Amino acid sequence: MSDTRINHTGIIDLAQLTDSGPTQDQVLLSIQDLQVWFELRRFGFGRAGFVHAVDGVSFDLHEGEAIAVVGESGCGKSTLMKTILGLYRPTRGKVVFEGRDISEMGRQDLRGYRSKVGYIQQDPYGAMAPFMTIEQVLEEPLLINTNLSRSQRMQRIEEVLTEVKLTPVGEILPKFPHLLSGGQQQRVIIARAMMLNPKLIVADEPVSMLDASVRVEILRLLRGLQESHHLAVIYVTHDLSTVRYFSRRIFVMYAGNIVEKALTQDLLASPGHPYTEALLAGTSDPDANNAKTYKAIPPGEPPSLITPPSGCRFHSRCPYAIKGLCEVEVPPEFKLQSEHLAACWLHRKAEV
Amino acid sequence: MMTSDSPLLRIEDLVLHFRTSKGSVRAVDGVNFGLDFNEAVVVLGESGCGKTSLARAILRLLPRNVEDFSGRVFLNGKNVMAYKDEEFRQKVRWQQMSFVPQAAMNSLNPVLKVGDQVAEPLIFTRGVSKQEAMQQARHMFQLVGVPEGFLQRYAFELSGGMRQRAAIAMALVTTPELVILDEPTSALDVLTQANIFNVLKHIKENMETSYILITHDIATSSELAQKVAVMYAGQMVEISDAPSFFHMPLHPYSQKLLNSVPRLHGDKEPDFIVGQPPSLLSPPTGCRFKARCPFRFEKCEQEPPMFMKDGRLVKCWLHA
Amino acid sequence: MRSTLKNLDELLHYPSAVIGLVVVLLLVAVSIYTVIAIPYQTAINLWRGGEETWYRNPKNAAPAWTNFFRTKKLPVTLDFNTATQPGLKTVKPSTLGESFSINIPFDFNYDAFPNELTVFFTSQYASKLPFVALAWKTPDGRTIRLQNFSITNSQNYRITQDAALQVRLNGVPVTQGLFAVPGSNPPQVLKGRYVLQILGVTFDKGDNIDAEFVSYGDLYGLAGTDYLRRDLMVALLWGTPVALAFGLLAAVGTTFTQMFIAAVSTWFGGIVDTLIQRITEVNLVLPFLPILIMIGTFYSRSIWVILTSVIVLSIFGAGIKTFRAVFMQTKEAPYIEAARAYGAGNMRVIVRYLIPRIIPLLIPQFVVLIPSFVFLEASLAVLGLGDPTLPTWGKIIDDAYTNGALFQGWYYWVLEPSALLMITGLAFSMLGFAFDRIFNPRLRGQ
Repeated sequence: MSDTRINHTGIIDLAQLTDSGPTQDQVLLSIQDLQVWFELRRFGFGRAGFVHAVDGVSFDLHEGEAIAVVGESGCGKSTLMKTILGLYRPTRGKVVFEGRDISEMGRQDLRGYRSKVGYIQQDPYGAMAPFMTIEQVLEEPLLINTNLSRSQRMQRIEEVLTEVKLTPVGEILPKFPHLLSGGQQQRVIIARAMMLNPKLIVADEPVSMLDASVRVEILRLLRGLQESHHLAVIYVTHDLSTVRYFSRRIFVMYAGNIVEKALTQDLLASPGHPYTEALLAGTSDPDANNAKTYKAIPPGEPPSLITPPSGCRFHSRCPYAIKGLCEVEVPPEFKLQSEHLAACWLHRKAEV
Repeated sequence: MMTSDSPLLRIEDLVLHFRTSKGSVRAVDGVNFGLDFNEAVVVLGESGCGKTSLARAILRLLPRNVEDFSGRVFLNGKNVMAYKDEEFRQKVRWQQMSFVPQAAMNSLNPVLKVGDQVAEPLIFTRGVSKQEAMQQARHMFQLVGVPEGFLQRYAFELSGGMRQRAAIAMALVTTPELVILDEPTSALDVLTQANIFNVLKHIKENMETSYILITHDIATSSELAQKVAVMYAGQMVEISDAPSFFHMPLHPYSQKLLNSVPRLHGDKEPDFIVGQPPSLLSPPTGCRFKARCPFRFEKCEQEPPMFMKDGRLVKCWLHA
Repeated sequence: MRSTLKNLDELLHYPSAVIGLVVVLLLVAVSIYTVIAIPYQTAINLWRGGEETWYRNPKNAAPAWTNFFRTKKLPVTLDFNTATQPGLKTVKPSTLGESFSINIPFDFNYDAFPNELTVFFTSQYASKLPFVALAWKTPDGRTIRLQNFSITNSQNYRITQDAALQVRLNGVPVTQGLFAVPGSNPPQVLKGRYVLQILGVTFDKGDNIDAEFVSYGDLYGLAGTDYLRRDLMVALLWGTPVALAFGLLAAVGTTFTQMFIAAVSTWFGGIVDTLIQRITEVNLVLPFLPILIMIGTFYSRSIWVILTSVIVLSIFGAGIKTFRAVFMQTKEAPYIEAARAYGAGNMRVIVRYLIPRIIPLLIPQFVVLIPSFVFLEASLAVLGLGDPTLPTWGKIIDDAYTNGALFQGWYYWVLEPSALLMITGLAFSMLGFAFDRIFNPRLRGQ
């Protein structure tokens, strides 16, 4: 097992690229009380406040573990992912990868870090430069981060393309992105994310722009790669019905916080947080009886992240809100079972 | 169960072909189906099957490069395909039928107040006074669940879900009998989506509107569907009542589609369909699904007609 | 870039583009030919050589081919030189030196009188000046004695300005006296063969006399001449590479620099962006032409100085705002984000990801910008700020204006350079618009 620490030049050599041995299930990524705020610009020099996109998130991710982060738009999941990827800097709190705080990394180390984390985006076509061929798209990460020769690079590209089942390789490489189907484009993006043999993959809504018949294919592919390479994967989505095929744990985000963390089966069977319950109620399975009933979902909209509400952020929409408590105090995480935490005053009898 | 005693809409042999630089795109290639009063039909299909073109064909919202547009569309017994464009515009579009297009929330005019936009169709098509129109708009907003105050706001001040609801209000303001919705919730969150469908159900109950809901999202389509029509490569391959369809689809494509839906409950892992739908530029001869069908046999080289089975329609030789 | 090149053959679908392209290529060909056939030094000599270079040309002559359109044929300049045509001269030994007999026959079949008649003598002599006697023979057999005199090394005898001759011709203008049908009123040209006879005598062996007789017509060459007797063709030909080079260099320098600055400004944002935008805005307010005029008047009119000033003033121009708008959009694209995620540095993003996106927008703009710089150079010349050494189209127009060309009826002097300017502008514009339609398919109207 080679040293998995990021080397100081940030340049990867061939040995690191080909290392795929399983490692112990140590904590790979530790998010500690992370807050990411964006300043609002205003004409002139006045300060207009901050958008509290991520407002206090903590969790640990182990090597080789697949988790899902679920939430609606505006909950901060995309911001969280981009901070993990190093695209945003944390306002407060830490992102600790393999024991090192990324906000303390210099440019070289940061480069090395970024090569250990692969990114799959929602829009497969938009994620590729339209004027580059697939070969160029895939070569870029190698050109930037490695000193490999041309033949070594091509070899690596072929290797990865075969893994994502985009063959024959020779036919795919010279094409431009718009000539591929949505599913094929997303495979290229997955290939690109795998190119530097990462330890963590962040997949932000990887299948929501694809056709229904292709979604499962791509998710299966991701799962296969995760298993064979012992990758840690964070799968971000708003579609609860896909998470059970993919992840071991689920985190539910609302208004910049994680409100519930649980093993997948526990969350789906007995959700601990009213928001999770609402999400589950709002997700449909194909069943003709649905047409006869109305869905019981909470009214209202997610709160403003500029001036977040006091206390529990869900209190204004929560059907179980406890007057005098929920709108005043922020609930801590209560432990419902092992590996099942919910930040809700309903469980105030449980331990923290 | 299909009734034919009071069909609101009956479509016969509808054809819409486009002329493009690469040839003729046969987007709608002979579609037949019907819709009753106060009934919701879901047109299911993936991208490229022609379902959006179907909506445009029914509403006669055609682009310039139309090569072939024919067939019969009977609305309340009258063949509106025979109407001249002007007559269609005055009597049918937004009077008897209206439309909520894809990403309607992005097509709201950013420089007009939302209330004015919702009231506009009434003023233009029926010559109603501004006051009366605003009153109706207010009523519509109530129906779709957007607070009245938002009538005075501009589009960018509303959230995505509210904008979509405003678009639905705009489609309903002239109290049409039929509303065609093209992917009404594809860009929206789970809870917002559920909300919109609640609104649609509510409207259906109160205003007795009929719907044609066009979508690729099979799971959410079940929220509204009383009848399901599956479209593939420009043709209808199965038309069935919702309970039968979701329990046991007949056409191999429908079966595979239903199998590919990830479910929150139940044990089965979803499957996927190999291959891609055929291009509408040169659809294959015979059954258009034969290349991807696991049950294919020699007869499939010929195009199957629609067979009737237990009150359901299937375009497949397996059910001859 | 491959897709860009693929688009080029689409260009051929637009007839206007084909015409534009053909004309542009023609202009380029002319430039290349000119630079080779009339090298820079030669051109400068021809343009600024001075009297010796130009003396053979008439003043303000229209192009020779205009005779085609005239009913009354104007005379072309005729030039005979014993130094280059020795057959005109016969030398016989004489008592002391030699006696020279020079006969210059020529046909004159035009309908108007020549402007000037001049004989340029060059001679080499040891101590005593050679002596010449000139006579004029008309087609109808008359012989008119012109003048007798001694000549120095270089002596010009302007027949038409010979007052004594005019008196002998009964006060009539010399050309009329020599060429007219006798007694015709109004004077008509006697067409036929004329002979100029020069009898010369030298007084030492080895002395030599050469004579050049020029009958200045109203027409000359392909493009005519100007007030200094300069062949306009030189300036028209040489103006082409100057115009194209100026336009191209200025356009390239401006556009590509602007593109890079806009990319940097947009990508880095913050204070860099603010600074660059403010500089741009200030620069946009500055009056472009007056500043150039000031530079030209107070500092230097050299074309390189003007070119550099133009580029420097244009760099922070409106293009930056346009490019920035596109870059702002592109910056948000998912693929830029992905590139940052896999470690692309700032320069790489700018050069490899942002700039290629804008090249389709750039090319049409750039092509259409070239003629505007060509016109700028011409405008500056017309304002009197053109490079005084170079023969350019603008300079021709400037000279024409200063000498009242339009009032004097020397239309060709103004029309020729103007036509060339127009053709250049039109060709590049047509090409540019076709490029625009290719690279921006939305304008295709499909």
